[in-house]
Amino acid sequence: MFLLYEYDFFWAFLIISILVPILAFFISGVLAPISKGPEKLSTYESGIEPMGDAWLQFRIRYYMFALVFVVFDVETVFLYPWAMSFDVLGVSVFIEAFIFVLILIIGLVYAWRKGALEWS
Amino acid sequence: MIIDTTEIETINSFSKFESLKEVYGIIWMLVPILTLVLGITIGVLVIVWLEREISAGIQQRIGPEYAGPLGILQALADGTKLLLKENLIPSTGDPRLFSIGPSIAVISIFLSYSVIPFGDHLVLADLSIGVFLWIAISSVAPVGLLMSGYGSNNKYSFLGGLRAAAQSISYEIPLALCVLSISLLSNSSSTVDIVEAQSKYGFLGWNLWRQPIGFIVFLISSLAECERLPFDLPEAEEELVAGYQTEYSGIKFGLFYIASYLNLLVSSLFVTVLYLGGWNLSIPYIFVPELFDINKRGKVFGTLIGIFITLAKTYLFLFIPIATRWTLPRLRMDQLLNLGWKFLLPISLGNLLLTTSSQLLSL
Repeated sequence: MFLLYEYDFFWAFLIISILVPILAFFISGVLAPISKGPEKLSTYESGIEPMGDAWLQFRIRYYMFALVFVVFDVETVFLYPWAMSFDVLGVSVFIEAFIFVLILIIGLVYAWRKGALEWS
Repeated sequence: MIIDTTEIETINSFSKFESLKEVYGIIWMLVPILTLVLGITIGVLVIVWLEREISAGIQQRIGPEYAGPLGILQALADGTKLLLKENLIPSTGDPRLFSIGPSIAVISIFLSYSVIPFGDHLVLADLSIGVFLWIAISSVAPVGLLMSGYGSNNKYSFLGGLRAAAQSISYEIPLALCVLSISLLSNSSSTVDIVEAQSKYGFLGWNLWRQPIGFIVFLISSLAECERLPFDLPEAEEELVAGYQTEYSGIKFGLFYIASYLNLLVSSLFVTVLYLGGWNLSIPYIFVPELFDINKRGKVFGTLIGIFITLAKTYLFLFIPIATRWTLPRLRMDQLLNLGWKFLLPISLGNLLLTTSSQLLSL
């Protein structure tokens, strides 16, 4: 971490930007009025009394999309180093990358056919 | 003995000098960072004002006019009002997740600004991974939205948070593939190198002409990443009240508000950097010889011109998302995901292969 000097500014900027919300919460905590009430702190459900908890089971669809996302995101991470040294690596590596992308396209077609990308 | 003490003294003075130098170093490091933070804040105020004025113009209203001349200070007044409002935390919710959520959203978007070049080599951190840092960090923001949706313990918020996460991960991949094509063209992911690669031939050298498909895909995906209409499903008023922001009030709501506009500004800046030639004047030298040759005008002036050009391109581009907001209707959830996965993803993959093939021919 400390050997990569070009990241010094990044870490400093991270600290400063963490300070931004902390400062906002602090100023607001000092200035904002507080008047609590059971009605006020109950969750909003369009005016009627809230029915039950919101922490319950949810649609599996979101999970499927997240899984497909992970596959393709890892793919792009692998493709970045190849793209950056494309002019050095030449044709043979291009063919390898092409096969790699092709396998993923087959994966996409498979997910599509199996209905992982359907929302219904 | 005498020699020893003098040696120790010299060592002490040396270490003192070193520590002083370190302190100065840290202070000098803070100056550009705080300038950037100030600049970003002003930039967001300008965007909010622009959006309200343009929206008013489209709807034939007057728009903000009382706070300051032409209502310029309206956004500042709204922000101050939010700072003075009570912070409500729902009694059944999780207070920690509820507070950390908006903070993560803001911090992650703030960090993306560190790799944007505003002028000639005027960039906070010229990292060799550049754009990739933006791609990586912008994936963190949905975690914050999910946290705030879950922490509210409200059904609307929960659904809004889930939708926000699903939407941003769906459009992340086409976005990353478009950026990949760009970095393939310039053989680097550093934002400075990408701009330099477009510096020849004026506006004819822009990546926009070499990557027309990529540009359109990038435009659509960045609109979806910013949760702007027509992709504002996470906060669709008619269905979800305000999505993941339903339970928020005071400055925490303000943080979400700032985060959305920061996101809009950063994606517009990235359009400028990746497709519109960044800080270059972009007028072919054949038409205007010598007149605008920045290198001959001294360094400070050149830098100022660079910043001005970047911001001018960015804010001119911003008219497109703002006008889109009042032109297109909102999509449905299944249409949104179909557009992302079944249209944009194959197209951006094809675009990537097309770009590689053309680069291969030019090798």
